[in-house]
Amino acid sequence: MLRYILKRAISLIISLCLASIIIFAVVEIAPGDPASFMLGINAQEDTIAALRAELGLDQDKLSRYFTWVTGMIQGDFGTSYTYRSPVAEMVTERIWVSLPLALYALLISTLIAFPAGIYAATQRGKSGDLVVMGATQFGIAIPNFWFAMILVVIFALKLRWFSAGGFVEWENGIFKSMKSLTLPAIALALPQASILSRVMRSALIETLSEDYIRTARAKGFGKRAVIWRHALRNALIPVLTIIGLQFSFLMAGAIIIEQVFFLPGLGRLVFQAITQRDLIVVESVVMLLVFAVITVNFIVDVTYAVADPRLRRRV
Amino acid sequence: MFQPTKIITAATLAVFASAGVSLSGQSDITVAMQLEPPHLDPTSAAAGAIDSVLYSNVFEGLTRFASDGSIIAGLAESWDISSDGTVYTFKLRSGVKFHDGTSMDANDVKFSLDRARAEDSTNAQKALFSGITDVAVVNDTTVKVSLDKPNGSFLFNMAWGDAVIVAPESVEGIKNKPVGTGAFTFQNWVQGDRIELSRNPDYWGNQPALEKATFKFISDPTAAFAAVMAQDVDVFTGFPAPENLPQFEADPRFQVLEGSTEGETILSTNNKMPPLDNVKVRKAIAHAIDRQAIIDGAMFGYGTPIGTHFAPHNPDYLDLTGNSNYDPELSKKLLAEVGLSGGFTTTLKLPPPSYARRGGEIIASQLRAVGIETEISNLEWAQWLEQVFRGKDYGLTIVSHTEPMDIGIYARPDYYFQYDNPEFQSLMTELNGTTDPSKRSSMLKKAQRIISDDYVNGYLFELAFTTVANAKVRGLWKNAPTQATDLTGVSWAD
Repeated sequence: MLRYILKRAISLIISLCLASIIIFAVVEIAPGDPASFMLGINAQEDTIAALRAELGLDQDKLSRYFTWVTGMIQGDFGTSYTYRSPVAEMVTERIWVSLPLALYALLISTLIAFPAGIYAATQRGKSGDLVVMGATQFGIAIPNFWFAMILVVIFALKLRWFSAGGFVEWENGIFKSMKSLTLPAIALALPQASILSRVMRSALIETLSEDYIRTARAKGFGKRAVIWRHALRNALIPVLTIIGLQFSFLMAGAIIIEQVFFLPGLGRLVFQAITQRDLIVVESVVMLLVFAVITVNFIVDVTYAVADPRLRRRV
Repeated sequence: MFQPTKIITAATLAVFASAGVSLSGQSDITVAMQLEPPHLDPTSAAAGAIDSVLYSNVFEGLTRFASDGSIIAGLAESWDISSDGTVYTFKLRSGVKFHDGTSMDANDVKFSLDRARAEDSTNAQKALFSGITDVAVVNDTTVKVSLDKPNGSFLFNMAWGDAVIVAPESVEGIKNKPVGTGAFTFQNWVQGDRIELSRNPDYWGNQPALEKATFKFISDPTAAFAAVMAQDVDVFTGFPAPENLPQFEADPRFQVLEGSTEGETILSTNNKMPPLDNVKVRKAIAHAIDRQAIIDGAMFGYGTPIGTHFAPHNPDYLDLTGNSNYDPELSKKLLAEVGLSGGFTTTLKLPPPSYARRGGEIIASQLRAVGIETEISNLEWAQWLEQVFRGKDYGLTIVSHTEPMDIGIYARPDYYFQYDNPEFQSLMTELNGTTDPSKRSSMLKKAQRIISDDYVNGYLFELAFTTVANAKVRGLWKNAPTQATDLTGVSWAD
């Protein structure tokens, strides 16, 4: 077991090192100099040189890479070129928008997907199944930014139940903040809920054809009891895997939704940083996301191994 | 209930009630704009968004732009110019305080000007200060600025946002916490979302009517439309979706202000790249362009056609659009004269703004009609600066030059146009040394004519400045002589 964890840990460190090199290289290769971007078209050459020196951009790439990596190991993610505030601080601020938004969207998506998927599986081939499957097809096909705009037109402009965008900080009360995240969360949740319902449905259908289900039915359990007691638990495994994947997508993938609802989240930070060539912010935020995903995978790997001893031997 | 403006109103009401002041109307405002400032120091970045929030609200200079673009007194209440035009003696207002309570005096002026022209200065407009040879403190309220030669635009230069007065005590932190002398003090910046200002009770000038101002940053045009329609914001300056303006005009809840900017939108041309180095080819391009079609198609009718690099609202402006009227037959003839009757191919590199992206498509089809093929590539600003502006690796591009009175760029042969005309260069040197208004006026007119006759660039239109606001807001600037949202004169009608 220990050997297994050690092996996983080494592969985690190697992945992080590779990721840091790739991220740094890709961002540095992208054309555009942060100093000349900030100073605009009237800037003199000596001014640009002075700003480059101030930002430490005059050092060679290799030493800049090592400064960045050693800083991160010590928890220092650098200082934004444009905002001039520590990247770690900016990320912490933004995460209080992005993380609740992702969780909220996940909650909505699960609340829709579970009943829809179970219903469709039990109604397999009947009209109820067709309606749910048709609706999910629709949900996957609709781009979420377009759906977001429709939500704004209906609920903000016509009905005036919500404001058209923006985020009300948590200090103003949890209810107000959640309300300001509601439309964005629904817009994000729709395609996720559609995918999840389909996964739920097929997982349940597959489980329902297993031998032990037939046995349970033969023992005299009712259809409902079989689904709740036996089938659902086993069908949950693929569903939970998908939920895990969706969560990382929701954390990193809300860029467009954050633009449509002008939310000060992580996605907007990265988007602004890319256009302004705030390289250090792009590098550090992307690195943090990579770190989060790799670490979650590591934990999942270890948990699988704890749960299923066969996995330990296979490695 | 969920509109931040209403919460602020409630808070303001509470403040007023406790202070026992009678209240007749709203005293807070939420102003939205597209771009968020990268940081809050106007003296070390080119980003117009910094001035859009802070100019004249938080920071002030010796002189300043008025809403009509004229130069009026700022922190300097008056000035004397020596007879040879090289020494400016500024008399400063007394009793002016920075927002941190320190007083603003001649030493701060010296500090600010010396900082801007220092060797390690990161001032994006360092050229504004290049003629200064010495800044001397005479007494607390008198500063003497010496120039190496007379400079007719020195007072104009000092009005720029890049020339505002900062204090040595607070300058270190102004990128995140700006400390100026203006009518509003900086309160809070929620990055990615908004900046909050509040009235400065110790302001030296007239107290503004507004108690609080919130600047909100909404970059997406659709979101901008929704935010105004839902009345989440009271004002949107530089509204990004001209196609929606008629809808606001028709709605009694809103007013639409259509003004002009200092943005000459031009088809910049690489004057050193064959065949564009031939004036006849550039003339052919100029006559192939139908300006009105571009204004209608790309800007939904908002914009004023120009025939040279000069703002039409300026009293010295010459209407030279006739010099390059839409005449595709003439274009074809000109191309045939230089042996290019079969046309040619060049690059058209487009930065992100919609005037460039939408305008570029229209220009490409207009040029194709006379046989000129363009390879369009869409660039981000950072790429554009590197490839086009610094690398000069382009044939044509479309950019709005938003700096006020920037015809002098045509005197720089290393500028990205690569236009090298000694006659124009000596005219600009002469202009800089001239302070007599009527002589300056005729020189400026001559300069406009030279660059129009040389067809240096395709002159398209002056960028319009459109503001959508609640119908009850008064005192907003209609035009944008500099990038600013001056709130000192803004109020709510009862």
